[in-house]
Amino acid sequence: MIGYLAAALGGALGALGRWGIAEALPREAGGWPWATLLVNVTGCLVLGLLIALVFARAPGSAWLRPFLGTGVLGGFTTFSAFAVETVQLTEAGRPGVAAGYVAVSVVAGVAASALGLLAGRALGRSRPTPGDEITAEESIA
Amino acid sequence: MTPLLVIVGAMAGAPLRLLAERLAVARRGAGSVVGTVAVNVAGSAVLGFLLGVADVPAWVLALVGTGFCGTLTTFSTLGADVVRLGEQRRTGAAAAYLGGTLVLGIGAAAAAYGAAGLL
Repeated sequence: MIGYLAAALGGALGALGRWGIAEALPREAGGWPWATLLVNVTGCLVLGLLIALVFARAPGSAWLRPFLGTGVLGGFTTFSAFAVETVQLTEAGRPGVAAGYVAVSVVAGVAASALGLLAGRALGRSRPTPGDEITAEESIA
Repeated sequence: MTPLLVIVGAMAGAPLRLLAERLAVARRGAGSVVGTVAVNVAGSAVLGFLLGVADVPAWVLALVGTGFCGTLTTFSTLGADVVRLGEQRRTGAAAAYLGGTLVLGIGAAAAAYGAAGLL
């Protein structure tokens, strides 16, 4: 139950952030969807970091992943706006721009996810948690 | 007023997504992406329909579109799961998941957008 509550609260925060960015970067009809691209790529990067740095260290938490992963980042990023914007770009007679938008979103999103994950693992190794210190010493010995 | 509507929609969308993903994992095993595919396709269809209708009130767009559909669907989990499948050397599954989500999601949005235009 706490997971669903955490998801709802995190989702509200993430969606507010996405709405704020959409308000700051309004899109003209048929224009490139900068706001959605920005939230999706940065959201992929941050989720990768969180998976490596936070979720991997607290696998038993009932609320951490629902709050930050499903909630905040799930609410911040969006697939539905991406899909409908692609349809609208095609409808506006710009199928090439629509295809480019899909390609850039997918390539940049997956690359940002991988980068976040790798950076998170590297950061995790350079800053061990107190419980990991013994293991680190053992591995040196 | 608009941010409040976005919050209310998001507070329905996020738990629903959690439920869909947990149901998929319970039925198909850990690591199943079926729940994420389902929410992304369903949310794309609803938003496509909404934006295909000629004059939807702004408050409905904020509540159901930006709030509910935006939060029900996710791009970050799609990216993370594609990378996870790739790292597990399940390249075929990663490609099928990514390609399937794109084709079904954009297809659902296009179909709903077109259907709404016929109303």
